[in-house]
Amino acid sequence: MGVDRLIAKWKVGLRLSVVHLLLMAGAFLSAMPFLWMLTTSLKPEPALYQPPLLLPTHFEWENYVKAWAAAPFPRFFLNSTIMTAGIVLAQTLLSAMAGYAFARMRFPGRDVLFFLVLGTMMIPFPVTLIPSFLVVNWLGWIDTYNALIIPRAVSAFAIFLFRQYFLTIPRELEEAAWIDGAGRFTLFFRIILPLSTPVIAASAIFSFLFAWNDFLWPLLVTNSTEMRTVQVGLAMFQGQYGVFWTLLTAAATIVTLPAIVAFLAAQKQFIAGITNTGLKD
Amino acid sequence: MNGVRRLRASSEQPHRGRTPSEWGPALIFLLPSIAVLGTFNFYPALYSLYLSLFEWNGLNPQRTFVGLENYARLIGSGEFWNALRVTLVYAAGVTLTALLLGVGVAVLLNQPIRGRAFYRVLYFLPVITPTVATGVVWKYLFDPTQGVINRGLGGVGIVGPSWLSDPAWALAAVILVGIWKRVGFNMVVYLAALQSIPKTYYEAAAIDGASPWQQFRYITLPLLAPTTFFLVVTALIDAFQVFDLVYVMTAGGPLTATDVMGYYLYRYGFRYSELGFASAIAYVMFALIFVVTVLQFRFSRGGGQVDR
Repeated sequence: MGVDRLIAKWKVGLRLSVVHLLLMAGAFLSAMPFLWMLTTSLKPEPALYQPPLLLPTHFEWENYVKAWAAAPFPRFFLNSTIMTAGIVLAQTLLSAMAGYAFARMRFPGRDVLFFLVLGTMMIPFPVTLIPSFLVVNWLGWIDTYNALIIPRAVSAFAIFLFRQYFLTIPRELEEAAWIDGAGRFTLFFRIILPLSTPVIAASAIFSFLFAWNDFLWPLLVTNSTEMRTVQVGLAMFQGQYGVFWTLLTAAATIVTLPAIVAFLAAQKQFIAGITNTGLKD
Repeated sequence: MNGVRRLRASSEQPHRGRTPSEWGPALIFLLPSIAVLGTFNFYPALYSLYLSLFEWNGLNPQRTFVGLENYARLIGSGEFWNALRVTLVYAAGVTLTALLLGVGVAVLLNQPIRGRAFYRVLYFLPVITPTVATGVVWKYLFDPTQGVINRGLGGVGIVGPSWLSDPAWALAAVILVGIWKRVGFNMVVYLAALQSIPKTYYEAAAIDGASPWQQFRYITLPLLAPTTFFLVVTALIDAFQVFDLVYVMTAGGPLTATDVMGYYLYRYGFRYSELGFASAIAYVMFALIFVVTVLQFRFSRGGGQVDR
C-alpha cells in the first residue's frame, strides 16, 4: 500500500519533470533571439564573435549611445510616439462612439451598416494599399502625420469589441439619467465610458501594438528621414549599419522595448481580447 | 456566427419610453468611423478592382483601359506562379507547424505545474515583438558562419546551410521565423479552449477506463475542433499577406526564392509603378483570402464538428 502510493507519487513527479523539461526547451527557443540581441548589444566590438553568445557578460552601454546617435533615432521615436498616440486615441474614442451607436441607438439601416463595418474586416490590407496611397497622395498628405494617423484612425475590430461590451451593460443604468434629461453625449461620456475600462484597455493595447510595430504603411507614405517611424528607421539602419552588429542589436532592442513593456503592462486585457474573440466566433 | 445572432436579438429589445429613431445623434457618433472606413477601406477595395483593368504608371494623367489583360499577363507569368507557390508553401508551413506546436505547448501548460504564467509570457513575447526587429535579429542568427544557429549546429557536428543566401534554404528560414512568431498566439487561444472543457468529462472517461491518450483523442481533440478551425483560418489569412519579414530578411531573394505575393505586389506597385498590374495582383490575393474566409463561415455555421 505504502509502496504503491510512493510509486504513484513518483510517477506524477516524473511526468511533471518531463513536462517542465519540454516546456523549458520551448521557452529557450522562444527566448533565444532576445537573449542573443541583448547579449550582442552589450558586447564590445572585439568580443563580438566570442562566446557566450546568449548571456550578457559585458556591459558596453556605450553601444546604445552610439546607435542612438548614429541615425536620427530621437526623431524616429518622436514620430512613432505621435503616430501611436494619435492612433490609440482616435481608434479608442471613435470606435467606442460607433460601438455605442450600434449597441444602443435606433436608426434606419443600422444592421446593414453594422454588417458593412464588420465586412471591412474581410478586406485584406494589400487590396486597399494602392488606392489608399493614391488618396493620401491626392490629399497632399505624403510625409505628414495625417497620412500616418488618419487612414488608421478607426478600427472595425475595435468597433465590434466595444459594441459587444456595451450590450452587456444594463440599460437601467442609463435610463435614470435619460429621464432626468441627459443627452446621448452625457450618457456616453458620463455613464458608459467610465464603466468600460476593461474594453478600453483591450482596445488601447491592440491599437498600441499595431501602431508601434507597423511597417509597410509608414514606409510608403513617408519619404524624408524626418518623418520616418522607428520600424522604418530600423530597417534603414540595417541597410546602412548592417555590418555593425553591436549597434544594430542595440537599435533593435530600443525599438522592441516599448512593445514588450506595453504588452507586460496590459497582458491580461490583451490575452482576454484574443481569447474572447477567438472562441466566440 | 451564432454569437452575432444572439447579440443582435438582445439589442432588439424594445426601447422603453424612448423616441423610436435617433438618427441625428447616431450620425454624429458614426460619422468619423464611416468616413474613415469608407475612404480607406470600402472605396479602395472597389477602386483596386477598377484599377486592375487599366495600365497606369501613377503619374501619367492618361491611363489606358486594357480590360482583363493584366490578369491574362499574370496567368502567363512565371513570376506570378512562383509568388503564388512561395506564398502557399510559406502559409502551409507556418500554419500547420505552429498549430501542432501551439496545441502541444497548450496541453503541457494545462497541467498543474509551477511557473505557468512565466512560460506563457515567454512563449507569447515573439507574437508582440515588432516584425522588423524580429527579421533583423533572425537575419543575424542565420548568418552562415557567425550566426547562433550554424554555430549551434556546428557544435553537434552538422554543417549548416547558408540559409538566407541559399535559394534552397531561404524560404525554410523565413518559415521558421514565421512559426516562431505564431506559436504563442495559437498556444494562448488553445489554452483558453482547454480550460473551458469541463473537468467532469475527463473524470467520467477515467471511470470508464479511458487512457490519457484516449481521453485526448476522444474528448480534447473533438472539443478543440472549432478553435483549430479558427486558428487555421486566421493563420492562413495572416500568412497570405506576409511582407515585413521578407522585406527585412531577404527582399524576396535570393533570386525569387522568397518572393511572396505581398512582396511581389510591393515590387510592381511601388518599385516599378505598374499600378494596374499590381492591383490585379492585389485582387488575386483578395480572392485567395476570400476563399478561406468563406470556408470559415460555411464551417462555423455547420457546427465545425468535423471530428465526429
